[in-house]
Amino acid sequence: MNHGRRILWTRVAFIAGLVGLLEALCRLHVIKPLTMIAPSQMVQELIALAWSGELAEPALQTFIEVGASFLFSVTVGGALGAVVHALPRVRRTLDPLLASWYAVPFFVFYPLLVALLGLNVLPLIAIGVVFATPAMMLSTLAGLDRVPRVMHKVARVHRLSQLQEVRLITLPSAAPHLFTGLKLSFAYSFIGIIAGEFILSGGGLGYGISYAYESFETPKMYALMLFVLLIALVANGVLHVWDRRLARRRGLA
Amino acid sequence: MPTRKAADAHAVLRGVTRIYPGGTPVHALGPIDLDLAQGEFFSVVGPSGCGKSTLLDVLSGLSPPTEGSVSFEGKTVAGQVPEGIGVVFQEDASLPWLTVRDNVAFGLRHAGTDSAEVDRRVSYAIGFMGLQDFTGAYPSQLSGGMRQRVCIARTLVLQPRLILLDEPFGALDQQTRLLMGDELLRLWRETDATVLLITHALDEAALLSDRVGVMSARPGRFIDLVETSWARERDSRIVSDPAFGTVTGRLWAALRPESMKAIGRPQP
Ligand SMILES: Nc1ncnc2c1ncn2[C@@H]1O[C@H](COP(=O)(O)OP(=O)(O)OP(=O)(O)O)[C@@H](O)[C@H]1O
Ligand SMILES: [Mg+2]
Repeated sequence: MNHGRRILWTRVAFIAGLVGLLEALCRLHVIKPLTMIAPSQMVQELIALAWSGELAEPALQTFIEVGASFLFSVTVGGALGAVVHALPRVRRTLDPLLASWYAVPFFVFYPLLVALLGLNVLPLIAIGVVFATPAMMLSTLAGLDRVPRVMHKVARVHRLSQLQEVRLITLPSAAPHLFTGLKLSFAYSFIGIIAGEFILSGGGLGYGISYAYESFETPKMYALMLFVLLIALVANGVLHVWDRRLARRRGLA
Repeated sequence: MPTRKAADAHAVLRGVTRIYPGGTPVHALGPIDLDLAQGEFFSVVGPSGCGKSTLLDVLSGLSPPTEGSVSFEGKTVAGQVPEGIGVVFQEDASLPWLTVRDNVAFGLRHAGTDSAEVDRRVSYAIGFMGLQDFTGAYPSQLSGGMRQRVCIARTLVLQPRLILLDEPFGALDQQTRLLMGDELLRLWRETDATVLLITHALDEAALLSDRVGVMSARPGRFIDLVETSWARERDSRIVSDPAFGTVTGRLWAALRPESMKAIGRPQP
């Protein structure tokens, strides 16, 4: 067994151990059923919820919101990053703003967004966008900063047009950072939107959890939490595999 | 090779200077006059920071001269790199996301050459640079010297008529340098290209070149042009020729005071 494998199995064993412990504590009623249900029961509840069709609507709403926020932040954040990179003076003005962006608790503005955009999915997407766009912007800036200066010369001695230079030199050169931007944009969109739904919304997975909590439907609440956790894990896994493939394509893995 | 007449000059610099603008403008180069004869092997030596890379940028059309003019094959070089000039940079300019083979094919693929021809030329250049066992490797898996060879191969496949090389063997050990020098000579003979080689190794300049330009400390100007009069058929065994010592000695005599200035110890 090689080193990487062993680490992976240690990790799996650790998590399995924790889940097993939790299972035991719940089954032995050390943790009260009203506080938390056993992990195996969460799975059963989730399957039942999915089977009943009750999961489809909130899940779809959340997916659409996250998808919209992700696409918007990636395109707009990437474009803004490129523009700001080309304008050093604008960048100097924006830098402190961007640096302190994530120190602002934007959720407090959520009611304002609702007042502006109405009680629908738009304020939720807006929250996701507000969180995710600067991450993409910062990653784009970092990526463009790290394109070695000689790459521009390579483009010029090959007599590439500006568009060719972007496509054949700049983008691939900045790709690792742009990819980090994608990862962050997804994570921030997801977090922002679930949290937004939780606070003030009439639908989506976050709302489902909050509603179940307030109406003491503990099993349903945990089933939904498990579902959100699974989405996050799957998304992370996909991005990780993709990341590894990118690295391999540079001979780095 | 003996000097040729200015009439068949391949590239010409007249009164070229380059000043980098900024808060405190840096006068990096010139004024410089230079005629590169068609098919000549010309080397440039000079103290570090004297403007050698700047000379290459200006000659290739990568940056405009502040004053003066540059022409290549009779046409003024302005704003872009003319077709027919190939450049190997001092920095590592291999493309880390492409394999050795794709790196070498890079220029040809985007020039619209047909794929059979691309394959043929790429295989030849890869073999020429001794990279045939690494065609599928990525630059991150190669040594610095090998990456530089990838960049040389990438330039070769385009069959440039003027090849500019900026310290291409800087990352190589002395023995490999000598052998790569021989390869460069073979390439030069086979292609009839004009070569301008920037190097910090005086022996390398002395043994490879028809002529060596010695540059002053910044702002770089030519303070000596040394002709070697080697036969076109030559290789690294020239090092045992007594004339080799004479040429190297003359280069060092011209360069020594400039190098002292460059390290902040001007001669009394
Ligand atoms: N883009 C730039 N902006 C401002 N100054 C520059 C720039 N590029 C080079 N210089 C300055 O111009 C001078 C000449 O630089 P250049 O790179 O041409 O020297 P060089 O002879 O190639 O040096 P080396 O032997 O270290 O490669 C140096 O003093 C350098 O600091
Ligand atoms: Mg240099």
